[in-house]
Amino acid sequence: MIKSVLVINTQGKPRLTKFYDILAVEKQQELLRSVFGVLCSRADNVSNFVEAESIFGPDSRLVYKHYATLYFVIVFDSSENELAMLDLIQVFVETLDKFFRNVSELDMVFNYSKLHNILDGIIFGGQVMETSSAEIIRAVEEISKLEAASNSISLVPKTVSGWRSR
Amino acid sequence: MDTLFQRGLDDIIKGVRHQQSSTESIFMSRVIEEIRREIKSTDLQTKSTALQKLTYLNSIHFIDMSWASFHAIECISSPAFSHKKIGYLAISQSFSESTPVILLISNQLRKDLKSGNEFEVSLALDCLSRIGTVDLCRDLASEVFILMSSSKVFIRKKAIGVVLRLFEKYPDAVRVCFKKLVESLEGSDSPIVSAVVGVFCELSAKDPRSYLPLAPEFYRILVDSKNNWVLIKVLKIFVKLAPLEPRLAKRLVEPICDHMRKTGAKSLVFECIRTVVTSFTEYESAMKLAAEKIREFLMEDDPNLKYLGLHAISIMAPKHLWAVLENKDVVIQSLSDEDPNIKLESLRLVMAMASESNLMETCRVLVNYALKSDPDFCNEILGSILSTCCQNVYEVIIDFDWYVSLLGEMSRIPNCKKGEEIENQLIDIGMRVKDVRPELVRIARDLLIDPALLGNPFLHRLLSAAAWVCGEYVEFSRNPVELMEALLQPRTSLLPSSIRTVYMQSAFKILIFCIHSYFLQKEDMTSEVSDLASKRECSESSDLATGKALVQSDQDEGFNPRESNQSYEYPFSCRYWGWTEANLDREEVIASRVVEWVHDGFSEELGPVSVTAQDRVPIPDELVLKENLTDLEAICGGVELPAPGSFSLTSPYYGESAVFSVSNLQDEEDSEPSTESTSLLTEHRKRHELYYLPSEKNKIPANDYPPANDPSSSINTNDATEDLVKLADQSLVSKRKPNHAKPRPVVVKLEEGEAAPVVSKKPELKDDLLSGAIHDILLGNEAKAASSQSNPSDKSSSKRKGKAKHVDLLDSKENLAVGEQPNHENPSSRRSKHRGDGKQKSKKSKGKKNGDGRER
Repeated sequence: MIKSVLVINTQGKPRLTKFYDILAVEKQQELLRSVFGVLCSRADNVSNFVEAESIFGPDSRLVYKHYATLYFVIVFDSSENELAMLDLIQVFVETLDKFFRNVSELDMVFNYSKLHNILDGIIFGGQVMETSSAEIIRAVEEISKLEAASNSISLVPKTVSGWRSR
Repeated sequence: MDTLFQRGLDDIIKGVRHQQSSTESIFMSRVIEEIRREIKSTDLQTKSTALQKLTYLNSIHFIDMSWASFHAIECISSPAFSHKKIGYLAISQSFSESTPVILLISNQLRKDLKSGNEFEVSLALDCLSRIGTVDLCRDLASEVFILMSSSKVFIRKKAIGVVLRLFEKYPDAVRVCFKKLVESLEGSDSPIVSAVVGVFCELSAKDPRSYLPLAPEFYRILVDSKNNWVLIKVLKIFVKLAPLEPRLAKRLVEPICDHMRKTGAKSLVFECIRTVVTSFTEYESAMKLAAEKIREFLMEDDPNLKYLGLHAISIMAPKHLWAVLENKDVVIQSLSDEDPNIKLESLRLVMAMASESNLMETCRVLVNYALKSDPDFCNEILGSILSTCCQNVYEVIIDFDWYVSLLGEMSRIPNCKKGEEIENQLIDIGMRVKDVRPELVRIARDLLIDPALLGNPFLHRLLSAAAWVCGEYVEFSRNPVELMEALLQPRTSLLPSSIRTVYMQSAFKILIFCIHSYFLQKEDMTSEVSDLASKRECSESSDLATGKALVQSDQDEGFNPRESNQSYEYPFSCRYWGWTEANLDREEVIASRVVEWVHDGFSEELGPVSVTAQDRVPIPDELVLKENLTDLEAICGGVELPAPGSFSLTSPYYGESAVFSVSNLQDEEDSEPSTESTSLLTEHRKRHELYYLPSEKNKIPANDYPPANDPSSSINTNDATEDLVKLADQSLVSKRKPNHAKPRPVVVKLEEGEAAPVVSKKPELKDDLLSGAIHDILLGNEAKAASSQSNPSDKSSSKRKGKAKHVDLLDSKENLAVGEQPNHENPSSRRSKHRGDGKQKSKKSKGKKNGDGRER
């Protein structure tokens, strides 16, 4: 089971946080800080595993990858394979890259909701559901279309009613 | 018109980015105020935008959003998909079991689960999988069950994913959904199988036994599937099942090795290695292959693979040391790797390789390496040396003199924080290994006289051990005076009082030892008793006679050791010139006897006491344990500093002493050492009657005191009854370790009771429910299953399917049980057999009950 997915920039600012267990915001913030504290002290050419039991409790493992200004972190338990989780980070980043065409940190900052759509396409309730970038993107685009459609529907009558009420 | 002027999420993001850190909190509170206003709007567009902003702030800036839970529910009930989506994200991010309005979403979830739009269904499923409570899971189980048969893969796999939450929260859901779940295992590479296998992997981690009957299904997937994700999960399931069913291993080893050889995916290779080295250790060929693959990992440049390789070896190490030895070069080389994970893992392996023959060399190298390492790794090294060396009562150590000096050396490493561990080992070795005591005292002396160590709080515990050792084994000391000075140096004020207590205690022991040896010396030259000597003694004895007990003067912090030591060498003051010769003689005899009693008390050897020894002492019926122990503080204070003149040593003997002969002295030696402490105890009892047991008889304490306030020394005999002492003695005598072939000193060892008692683990109630339900299903407890089902149409269908499934299970189980039959070489034919026609199934189903009964 995956416990959490975090994207943190090298300044320690969160860009995406997802906790699959229910946690209070203070706790989330504390975990994020501890994770960043460990990550920023690690050199670049070392392994991608971090001892996580002191932060997330027993049976937790953490893998991360460092891309440009961002750390991508997955926290999980013994039901997952470490290397597979690293692959999953790869899948996530590749999908982002395809979706945003050369993803940068700014895309991550301004596309909060799309980011969640993509992540939710990959991981469902802590379980890996889809690992094909193409499939994920297809679903996310469908969702975007639906959102746009529902927005335009809701906007028209609203403006009209707005005019009438004047 | 709200919408036109409302700031969207992008505006907020931009706004936050433009703030300085000083103005950020002002900006944030303004934005939240704005959100609070907007979210109350009746216009859903305004409301949902506000909610979206809040959700963003919650997840990125950790702003509380629990107050908005009702508004989130309003948003999911909007007909517009975009509002729904924002609402669901907010709910799964902020709701918990204790959210008061959580039950209100039940109806909306049901509506969305039934929606024709697959993305709406997906939203609802996702929400349920994240926040599903007992009530929600119970209410929506049947909807999820329907979705498990959805024609859309996109929905079906998510419905299967939700089942995990359903089972966890509402175990009765098993009766509805389990058969469907098992059916979904068919096929081998669809996303559905991937989802189901994932669910079973989680379920079997909690309660593997219930899923043992499904082993044939998993086996088929293991053989057929090409999907690495699925294979990894199946391997994880088998690791859980293999210990429960010994026949499994035989069947599994071949396909797993096959995957290991063929696959190019490192993740799968590693999972295969891990499976083999944890579960199939007795299959030599598989182990060899795994070791080969590990070697490949170690040769890679990728630090991840190297780390995992080392990790896999360390799983093998306890039973298959050859795997470590084969890779010795890499392991040792990795010790200086820049990667902390790799360093740690290789340190573990280096210690695993340590044996009697190479331990000294290994430790020497490691200690030198620790000196150069960063503080954290330095302490990791020290910790692993300490834990390796003390394994099985110092099994690997032959030369204890060397080990004790190593402990001393380790204490002096500047970054050392292992004071407590070293403390325990110093005392432990002192008690267990007689032959090492001279060296131990020497090391302890070196530690004590080093004023630098007093400044490091991590080493205080260690110093208390050193002090204790010096006091206890002072007879091996070359220069007790020096020890005395070390124990009473002014800088001891840096120590916490609990450790100073040990210092004082040891100082007293040393003092007694010195006086005692003086008397012995004197006895030797009785003929030439000089005036000076008797006067000297007079000073000591008169102290005693006037009730100023030695103990008391020892506990007085102002006590000056030099004075007493000087009295040992020079003529003392002339205060006592007035005493008559006769007086002197008598006083001297008393003094020498008192000193001897105390000395005898101290020279009684302390041995290790079994941890279960206390349990073997029956608890007296009258014993009432006072619950509130805070009053104990006062008593402990009293122990440390008894009131002056509070006890008298002399009274019982004073009158008789004149007629004591030497033989008399010898006779009473056995009983008397305890008298001194008894009187101490009597006094204590007088003052704190309340905490004593009424019976007077068996309360004579052990004839020695361990450090009074030293919680970690395993010799808390201060209140031990004679029974306890006897018990410990017996176990010591009978369980001495046979002498080693080499001249290894005897190490006192208690066979029983050193290991922690095994605590039987109780399974959780919830898992019980779940496994019970699954057992019912697998055993075909149809009546029960059907009764708990709400939907009649479901009932019949699931019943039918259930039966069919049982046949399959049984059928394939038999295949598995038969063992070596080459059935699986042709999986397709086997599968077609599985899907045989109804007649075949019904025939088989008759034998179902028996079959299942036999299996269990």
